[in-house]
Amino acid sequence: MAAKKKAARPAKGRREPIKGFDDVPGTTLFDMQRARVGYHLNMFCMSLMKAENRAEFKADEAAYLRKFPMTEEQRDAVLKRDWNRMIWSGGNVYFLSKLFSSDGLSFQYVAAEMTGLTQEQYAEMMLKGGRSIEGNRSKSEHKKRG
Amino acid sequence: MARIIASVNCSHVPAIGAAWDQGKTNTPYWAPIFNGFDFSKKWIAALKPDVVILVYNDHASAFSLEIIPTFALGCAAEFPPADEGWGPRPVPVVKGHPEFASHIAQSVILDEFDLTVVNKMAVDHGLTVPLSLMFGQPREWPCKVIPLPVNVVVFPPPTGNRCYNFGKAIRKAVESYPEDLRVVIFGTGGMSHQLQGPRAGLINSKFDKNFLDNLVKNPKKVAKIPFIEYVREAGSEAIELVMWLISRGALHDDVREVYRFYHVPSSNTALGHLILENKTRKAPARKRK
Repeated sequence: MAAKKKAARPAKGRREPIKGFDDVPGTTLFDMQRARVGYHLNMFCMSLMKAENRAEFKADEAAYLRKFPMTEEQRDAVLKRDWNRMIWSGGNVYFLSKLFSSDGLSFQYVAAEMTGLTQEQYAEMMLKGGRSIEGNRSKSEHKKRG
Repeated sequence: MARIIASVNCSHVPAIGAAWDQGKTNTPYWAPIFNGFDFSKKWIAALKPDVVILVYNDHASAFSLEIIPTFALGCAAEFPPADEGWGPRPVPVVKGHPEFASHIAQSVILDEFDLTVVNKMAVDHGLTVPLSLMFGQPREWPCKVIPLPVNVVVFPPPTGNRCYNFGKAIRKAVESYPEDLRVVIFGTGGMSHQLQGPRAGLINSKFDKNFLDNLVKNPKKVAKIPFIEYVREAGSEAIELVMWLISRGALHDDVREVYRFYHVPSSNTALGHLILENKTRKAPARKRK
């Protein structure tokens, strides 16, 4: 029998399905587990691909959201347009794009919001070659730099 | 017999499609990107392929979370452009090649690549943006297109190695088709980019350049890059690059690099573009033991 291995401590109750992932800063893995937890959140977003659903959602967002068996956390994140919270609670950015497109927002606007930058600052960062990999490779590297 | 003669790799950034459709191709931001495809447009116009096999990923358009096929093949006669939430792109309907596509599906499944046959499917920017970049804005696309969507949205996507070998199975399938068809395979998506979370906007040009160099000369090395390395080094959405290994596997080991273009930024993304041709083989005399 193999020696009993001490399990790596999952970050906040979650065990990442691949080794090393929990050391990647600022990134959420959309795996099967998150796809399951986020199923109704993402399917709500898909529903916004139809014009009549968009109109119904706009008329009364909270009422429309109650039609989907989502968690309160997910509904609240949608109402507040908290994109990072939607992603942490199982949303995927390609699905969320249906929501922000119906808000008239671009990928770049939402990416800026998720990073805590203004759209101008974010666009400027991209024009200068994007966010550097140096210092952003791992949480440990991140810490070392202070 | 049908043959794959070349591959085209390029990113499929949705904003590129929007720039086309809104007539912004000459603005200072977009002009360098569109100019980067001038050569490619001439090259493919001269090559006149009969069929394009287009490897891409669907972005929650045709496939939601209801059905998540790892590999799928469009076997329909037509594929309409998808409405991605702001109306379908004003591009021609994509004409497929049902007979050839069905042959390919049958051949690769017998070769143990169990793809999903799709007979009804809308195609999103993942497929139509590369067509616009290579063919411009024609009234009809100049050749048949067989869509080959790959799941790279929900983890786990297929490994690089699986994709590389799948490419080889596609080549075998193509070469066992009796009609003389000249085929170009597109592998799209990438390069380094991350669209989510506090690390969004990540670009790693060094990773991208190495990827391009090795894809040409040492694809087996590229095929070994694990998922974690794509994510850590090049951003969560860079995993799309495994699709470039499908097109690479479909070519010969020894290829000629015809053209390369790289530009940052295209919206949130490092745009990469590569054209490879099979070297015309003059079967060398080989000693047999």
